[in-house]
Amino acid sequence: MPIQYYIYLCLTLFSIGIIGVLTRRNAIIVFMCVELMLNAVNLLLVAFSKMHHATAAVGNTATTTGIEGQLFVFFIMVVAAAEVSVGLAIIVMMYRNTHSVDINFLNRLKN
Amino acid sequence: MSTIEILFFFLSALAVFSAIMVLVSKNPVHSVLWLIAVFFAISGHYVLLNAQFLAIVNLIVYAGAIMVLFLFVIMLMNLNSETEPQKHIWMKLAGVISGGCFLMMLISLVRQAVEMGGRKAMMAEGDTGLIKNLGKVLFSEYVVPFEITSVLFLSAMVGAVVIGKKN
Repeated sequence: MPIQYYIYLCLTLFSIGIIGVLTRRNAIIVFMCVELMLNAVNLLLVAFSKMHHATAAVGNTATTTGIEGQLFVFFIMVVAAAEVSVGLAIIVMMYRNTHSVDINFLNRLKN
Repeated sequence: MSTIEILFFFLSALAVFSAIMVLVSKNPVHSVLWLIAVFFAISGHYVLLNAQFLAIVNLIVYAGAIMVLFLFVIMLMNLNSETEPQKHIWMKLAGVISGGCFLMMLISLVRQAVEMGGRKAMMAEGDTGLIKNLGKVLFSEYVVPFEITSVLFLSAMVGAVVIGKKN
């Protein structure tokens, strides 16, 4: 599959995530759109990893070139899991204080 | 069209449609369910690329653990489409236009890139994605980042408990 198809798909998913962050006011939905952007980047990393492997595997089929891309995806997933637990704890605390998940309430953070 | 191409376009259409439905849905629970559909489609892409370990980890960690966490929080707060705050229509339009401009700019950038011409991603073959090869590299060259990751998890766990605790 040409690598451009994967780039276009991931760009579309990433832009949908950006549009979601810009257009929604619910803090949880905004957070979910950030997860969507992270997943688009993960898919692109795996596609590039397989692209490099395809060029390196022409002469040598036993090579592991490009395996680092998939390891980075693994580490991104780990960091995302940690980020989600802390972020949801912050959103729950915010809901407990303001009884709303509206991000427009967050401009009251100074008081 | 070969089977792999048909599967690729089907999974891509499913991912994009579900991602749009995440934004369009008024009810946050429906948004979570559509996002799980996106994650399943992306896992299907990983299987097509023969990255089997990542496909399973994506299903377990994202579609399993993280989205269940989201669903629990939404149900805990009793959010539904009536309590959903809405932005003004002009703000929504401005967001869509800026996101669309970003997409157009990046697509024109990729179309001009000569380095990408003729490069192909290896589909359904190549054994870099197998758990045996990934594990060998992870526990030989990347063992220090792996251990640092465990410290990160511990600190995130402590942080989540401290933030979420009632004071």
